[in-house]
Amino acid sequence: MTPALEVVNLNKRFGGLPATRQVSLSVMPGERRLIIGPNGAGKTTLFNLITGDLTPDAGSVKLFGQELLKLPTQQRVHLGLARTYQILTLFPKETLCHNVVLALLGLDRMRWDVWTFLLGQSHLYDAAREALALVGLGASADRTVAETSYGERRRLEMAMALAQKPKVLLLDEPLAGLSQEERSQVRDVLARVPRDVTIVMIEHDMDSALAFAERITLLHYGEVIVEGTRSQVVADPRTKEVYLGD
Amino acid sequence: MQFWIIQTLNSIAFGGLLFLLSSGFSLAFGLMRIPNLAHGGFFMLGAYLGATIVYYGGHFWIAVLGAGLGVGLVGIAFERLILRRLAGNVQGQVLVTLGVSFIIADLCLLIWTGDPWTVPAPAELRPPLRVAGFAFPTFRLVVLAIALVTAVALYLLMDRTRLGAMIRAGVDDMEMARGVGIPVSLLFTVVFALGAVLAGLGGTLGAPMLNAYPGLDTDMLPLALIVVILGGAGSLLGAFVGSFVVGFLYNFGIALFPDLAYFILFLPMVLVLVFRPQGLFGRVQT
Amino acid sequence: MRRKGVLLFAIGMALIAVPLIITSEFYVNLASQILIYALLAVSLNLLLGYGGMVSLGHASFVGLASYAAVLLLNAGFGQLASAVLAILFSTACGGLFGLLALRASGIGFLMITLALGQIVWGIAYRANTLTNGDNGLRYAARPHPFGIAIDSASSFYWFSLIVFAIALFFIWRVTRSPFGASLQGARDQPRRMRMLGHNVWLIQWLAFVLASFWGSVAGLLYVYYNLFISPHAISLQQSAEVLLMAILGGASALTGPIVGAVIITLVKNVVSTYFERWNSLLGAIFVVVIMFMPFGIVPGVRQLWARWRAPKKLERAA
Repeated sequence: MTPALEVVNLNKRFGGLPATRQVSLSVMPGERRLIIGPNGAGKTTLFNLITGDLTPDAGSVKLFGQELLKLPTQQRVHLGLARTYQILTLFPKETLCHNVVLALLGLDRMRWDVWTFLLGQSHLYDAAREALALVGLGASADRTVAETSYGERRRLEMAMALAQKPKVLLLDEPLAGLSQEERSQVRDVLARVPRDVTIVMIEHDMDSALAFAERITLLHYGEVIVEGTRSQVVADPRTKEVYLGD
Repeated sequence: MQFWIIQTLNSIAFGGLLFLLSSGFSLAFGLMRIPNLAHGGFFMLGAYLGATIVYYGGHFWIAVLGAGLGVGLVGIAFERLILRRLAGNVQGQVLVTLGVSFIIADLCLLIWTGDPWTVPAPAELRPPLRVAGFAFPTFRLVVLAIALVTAVALYLLMDRTRLGAMIRAGVDDMEMARGVGIPVSLLFTVVFALGAVLAGLGGTLGAPMLNAYPGLDTDMLPLALIVVILGGAGSLLGAFVGSFVVGFLYNFGIALFPDLAYFILFLPMVLVLVFRPQGLFGRVQT
Repeated sequence: MRRKGVLLFAIGMALIAVPLIITSEFYVNLASQILIYALLAVSLNLLLGYGGMVSLGHASFVGLASYAAVLLLNAGFGQLASAVLAILFSTACGGLFGLLALRASGIGFLMITLALGQIVWGIAYRANTLTNGDNGLRYAARPHPFGIAIDSASSFYWFSLIVFAIALFFIWRVTRSPFGASLQGARDQPRRMRMLGHNVWLIQWLAFVLASFWGSVAGLLYVYYNLFISPHAISLQQSAEVLLMAILGGASALTGPIVGAVIITLVKNVVSTYFERWNSLLGAIFVVVIMFMPFGIVPGVRQLWARWRAPKKLERAA
């Protein structure tokens, strides 16, 4: 079976500093993969390499068997890749609904239309409200991003990614900075994502995301240290070393 | 044969002048992240100041120094009083330099009128230098020598001194430079003033070749811009190479195809933008 | 919504009535000039306000369209063919300039548009055999669209008003369209827009082409109005004036550049009558606007209006 996402020997250096070293991982369709590692382990860099925000020095990234590295970011998105950002990059003056509409437009041929009124496109707005309702923001659709809380913005990020009905969803620390209650809301959203969507999630804090993961990859100093099922990784002495050693 | 030798020499001399114009422009651009669109105005102001000093009987070299000093003071005032207040607003800063360039141009027109001011080369440099049966314009050779000395001095300043190390750090990574305690704001004034002084000196040095006339600023500014687009912002080597490339193309362009001189400048710019948008020697993506 | 419609209708009627109310030819001509500059500023604002790209070479489209129209007409093409081909040529140049300028972003973009604008100016100034250099070229006569003469001041004003209204309507539709939303998204968060599947480069390039198209239309009006084109019309100062119009009026509103064009054109004409130092004043306005009112007049007034309205709404609610 072709993996949904396959990364082979990915290398990236910043100046002289290696950010990822020979990173390889293979995520099967429908899998929930957790990538953990301390700060500076190269987790976000790995995402940036997969999405095309950065260009690797060597290696390969394949989505359902198709090589991505030659493609610009937006084409990777059209192949079914979506991601959320750890540092929020939203459109703060716009409504939540408009933010999701921009996400929907990205995959809609209509984005090149210079003539019709965007506000009249009820199919886009209905779909956007639906995506917002999915993450529990249905009632806030007409508020601007600037008026929302941090937790709501995190969920908006999810709504934008989910609205695109991606095949592979990359989540960059979706739980970071959230209250206990907000975390459980996000976990509920994740639980409701259909099983045909493959999810790769970065988390800094291992405990908060453990329940979600089926397989776990541990990154440290840009290298894959341990990979396996949840219980295997938790039991591995190298995991303890990375997390407790320093 | 004489034509080619003379034109080549003129091109090199003009390239030297362009280096005086654009090296400070490029350094300030690299450090402060803004192109000073009043730089052509600084050059023109230098030419007029020099012309005035010569007119009132000052020696040519006194005029050169006076123009450098005068324009340097204008540069300091401009940086301290206006640019500083817009720190962080790069777009606003650029547009303000444009506004100031109009004011400078108009005040020059008011003070020095619309007629060109000619500045004779110093008497001792007027007789041509004769070598192997060819006559070389001595003054242009001296301008070239001054440009080369300036290039070496700037290189040493940038490469060997503490100040230079601080400037380089700022060009490479402003946040890092601030973080390690480099007085970035003072550096801005110093580099901006240095650029203004060089433009002022260059204006007077160039005056025997170009004259001082209304429109000199908008003639020179695009040349400085193209030098920086070619060479890369903040790169001394880039400004050096770019100046001579533009000097040759512009000078030969005017001599051979006067109608197309500007179009010829366009070509290398297109090539560089297509194949190496950060400029030939640039590290900073503009 | 209905009140807005009534307001729009009233403004439209007032604009149509201008030559009937002010009969002085000088002022009617001034109104035509304002329309031409307003169109130029609105077209530039597609880049500046909606795209976040500061172009300092927009006047070059006036030059490209005007020179092309003159040369084509002189070469024996008819009025309509000259107009169409001139706009096509100028817009195609815009496409090329966009390719080059979008190799960089931010200040690099500004510098490249400035350099390109100066090169167009330099060619107009130096290529004597083609452009007659500093002396400029005459345009033989205004066209007679649909057989109607537009030689008088008021008929030309109406002609300009029709073109301006059509252009403004198109540009308004663009700003409200999905493409307009993408353009504004690409201005605020280019990286995020890519990650949402948008081709940011193409969006910005198309905006550049659109802006150069409407800039070229304004250029054609310019040469019809003046029946003359010289390098002066495409100098850096002209590009800067248009940019100032957009910033002064407010780049974030569709109407901002129009207000800016009205103010700058009036001030320029009034000042030039009494005072020789227009350039100093232009520079000073630039510095003052950027230092003290960077968001422009229209958004500022809107804010005041909203503040004034807010308590009233509360009263009504109570």
